[in-house]
Amino acid sequence: MNTVGLTVGLTVGLTAERIASALGGIAHESMTMRDGCPSYRIAPEQVIAVMTALRDRAGFDTNVFVTAIDRFPEEPRFTVAWAFLSTTHNDRVRVYTRIPGENPAVATITGLWPGTAYSERECFDMFGIDFVGHTGLKRLLMPDGYDHFPLRKDFPHQGIEPDRLYREWDQRRRDRSPLRSESQA
Amino acid sequence: MGSLKSADGHASDTGFFATQVDWVVNWGRKNSLWPMPLGLSCCGIELMAMIGPKFDIARFGAEAARFSPRQCDLMVVAGTLTWRMAEAARLIYDQMPDPKWVIAMGVCSSSGGMYDSYSVVQGVDMILPVDLYVPGCPPRPDAVIDSILKLQKKIERERPFQLLLEGDVVGEYDSGTKRFLRAPNHAVETTRSHEVLPPSGKKGRA
Repeated sequence: MNTVGLTVGLTVGLTAERIASALGGIAHESMTMRDGCPSYRIAPEQVIAVMTALRDRAGFDTNVFVTAIDRFPEEPRFTVAWAFLSTTHNDRVRVYTRIPGENPAVATITGLWPGTAYSERECFDMFGIDFVGHTGLKRLLMPDGYDHFPLRKDFPHQGIEPDRLYREWDQRRRDRSPLRSESQA
Repeated sequence: MGSLKSADGHASDTGFFATQVDWVVNWGRKNSLWPMPLGLSCCGIELMAMIGPKFDIARFGAEAARFSPRQCDLMVVAGTLTWRMAEAARLIYDQMPDPKWVIAMGVCSSSGGMYDSYSVVQGVDMILPVDLYVPGCPPRPDAVIDSILKLQKKIERERPFQLLLEGDVVGEYDSGTKRFLRAPNHAVETTRSHEVLPPSGKKGRA
């Protein structure tokens, strides 16, 4: 039993060591998380540098998720979070950066992991965070033309005019209807 | 195009002949309700069970689920209808030939259910004229079969031939009030969320 605990402790230690050596000269701040996952806070300008180092030098080959946390009305308002998995070392890392609530933007990592395109689109859809450099950043779940970002804290859970787009479509449909032209004639 | 109305303005609607024709037409309609299964979530599974051999709505002539709206009489909205899906649901309903009926199956399609949310239609009667609401989450197939029996009772009370005699050939759309006669649900324009303000106090869009 002890060997298991020792192995786990050793692995976490090794992970932290590996990441520290990979991040070398890049400024980062280590965070203590309750689940024990190695986590780092970085400056938003250094996203690409840190992610490149994690992928190429620390062996984190898979992006698990891209998401955001809204700390309204605190400032800086948004925390963008990434999680990565190394399939060769079997360990994980999380990276956080905080960006302001006014025109929130952060660099895209689709150049490093093309599969993050959908995660970033969802994050844009729900929080309105602009991933600079993303070539197809548009609505994913909400319809095109929707005005709001539903997972922001200042968005009411019942929505703001949730039926607006449907009503506009319905009006166009009724304008086209032959029944209407009959009644106008 | 003249109607079958008689010269003194009174349709011969109370006669034995008209009621008997109505009876025959209604008998045909109520015993061949072909459902359009709009299975949107878990209610769709109960709907499948209902159509299958164990509950077997073939006993009531309603087993012929058709996936083309052109061949359907009865739209069963089974599940959570989102605003994004609402346009598709309305299109399917429009493509169904008259006469047609709608059953809102389960609480989500009846009232939005537990999804008091920005993305979910708070009751399909916001976009469709609903004939029957079936409670339950999801309702048992028995409950939906009961609703089909109730719908058959409702169809028995309709007077299609009488309407024809009164000159209402379409029996659907009143050009004077621009309302559907049998399907009067277009007056519903608002949702509950107009007055809800975000905590910032700024009114969103309005």
